[in-house]
Amino acid sequence: MAQTGTSKIPDILAKYKADILTDWTRQQLESMASRRGAMREGDITEQSTEFLNAFVEAAAGNLTDLRSEKWDAAREVLAAVSRSRAKKGFTPSETAMFVFSLKQPILTRLRAEIGDDVDAVASEGWTVNEVLDRLGLFTMEVYQKGREEVIFRQQQELMELSTPVVSLWENVLALPLIGTLDSARTQVVMESLLQAIVKSGAAIAIIDITGVPTVDTLVAQHLLKTVAAARLMGADCIISGIRPQIAQTIVHLGVDLGDVITKATLADAFALALQRSGMMVVSIKGRS
Amino acid sequence: MPVIRDELMQVRASDDIVRVRQMVRALAVELGFGLVDQTKIVTAASELARNTLDYGLGGTTLVEVLEENSRIGLRITFEDNGPGIADINLAMTDGYTSGGGLGLGLSGAKRLSNEFTIESRVGEGTRIAITRWKGR
Amino acid sequence: MERIPILKMGRYLLVTVQVDMHDRLAMTLQDDLTNQIVEHKARAVLIDISTLEIVDSFIGRMLANIAAMSRVLDAMTVVVGMQPSVAITLVELGLSLKGVYTALNVEKGMEFLTTSLSGEDGADAGNTG
Repeated sequence: MAQTGTSKIPDILAKYKADILTDWTRQQLESMASRRGAMREGDITEQSTEFLNAFVEAAAGNLTDLRSEKWDAAREVLAAVSRSRAKKGFTPSETAMFVFSLKQPILTRLRAEIGDDVDAVASEGWTVNEVLDRLGLFTMEVYQKGREEVIFRQQQELMELSTPVVSLWENVLALPLIGTLDSARTQVVMESLLQAIVKSGAAIAIIDITGVPTVDTLVAQHLLKTVAAARLMGADCIISGIRPQIAQTIVHLGVDLGDVITKATLADAFALALQRSGMMVVSIKGRS
Repeated sequence: MPVIRDELMQVRASDDIVRVRQMVRALAVELGFGLVDQTKIVTAASELARNTLDYGLGGTTLVEVLEENSRIGLRITFEDNGPGIADINLAMTDGYTSGGGLGLGLSGAKRLSNEFTIESRVGEGTRIAITRWKGR
Repeated sequence: MERIPILKMGRYLLVTVQVDMHDRLAMTLQDDLTNQIVEHKARAVLIDISTLEIVDSFIGRMLANIAAMSRVLDAMTVVVGMQPSVAITLVELGLSLKGVYTALNVEKGMEFLTTSLSGEDGADAGNTG
């Protein structure tokens, strides 16, 4: 690879910047013909100008170390382009082409300037390819990260939606758990139950696991921690809905439920909760 | 991993423990840690600062903000030139039932953190570092 | 000198811990409480920690000590208002606060005390249970 000090690329970029920009935007418009309407020509020109300026400036400083500060501005422009195009529905490949299509205009000028030196053309050309390849990949990484953030946010929302805390009666809350419990979800569940306890002032919380297919050691530990935390706060928990298989699993795993009260059904747990709250259900006889 | 900010504090008196708590809390809030995460790291810092004072006979607390692969972390390092810990494994077992003290502080702080390292040499001192990453 | 105020409510004492306590303050509180339990022949102490955002093992030990000392003086201790994040952290820390009664808030704490202490009128003064 050519040394920054001896590379002709920065000079060529500076000298032919305007031409390169024209060529480049024209190329982009052509390849986007099928997507015309997705981006206005003005926007394309604006993004291209902004990036090319940053690119030329960074290349003048340090052509090869893309992690250096000189490239921060260029990377920021690319990140912004990547994000805005992702929003418009461009695929990551299409956005990467934004960078890759800059190769030809530069390589053409390169050959024009130093074409007689075959070795130099090869080596400088390689540098151009390397730099633009890395920048193109960078746009894909930004896109990827954006998608991951969306997924994460959706997961959070899903978790919150699927852990409703219900007020069964004055002083009694119920948390019916449905589906598999993983570490992250159980933590969200734990926190929302404890918050609900504080908010409602209910001193008894029934955690019903009828809808939980399997309980492993980690989940069991999390449940026990939730019960312990509730107790520290001044509330009691009853775990209900323990199916025979889960009961077996708990014993096999050697999980010690300690003095946590468990009931087979939510109904039993509710009856106990009422009793502890000093209440009982009485049938009204003789109503017609 | 890159440290993007740091703050060094002296831990020589019990008032310093409060200061360490407040500093860690302020940073955790500023960095956007969730409430439970904040509580965990501040409590862990409080335990270890207290150990530095009680067992290390005074020392320093270095609070660093880390950034790695676009995730943010808070690392707190407690260092003293005290008597050191002869048997680290023993010190790390939960000593609560035997009256609290060193055991609970160390193992508790470890449970409250994402990362935990400890180095100690008898007669020379101890260095303990805990890290908590945002969002984990 | 700075101290945490102790309110007298009938036969109960109410303490609201709001500040990030440094050691001296915590020690002073323990002393003041023991003195006042005796002075007012208090039957119970309610410690409101609803604004405490951090409870470390030192504070935990303080609470356990207060409970133990009160029991010796034939008074009950109820800690009320622990925040969820504090409770979660204490569980992780491994602090069980054995011997300390807890309630969600002052109101519930008083209900608990009324029920617990009502059966003791006329019972042995020396019976610490």
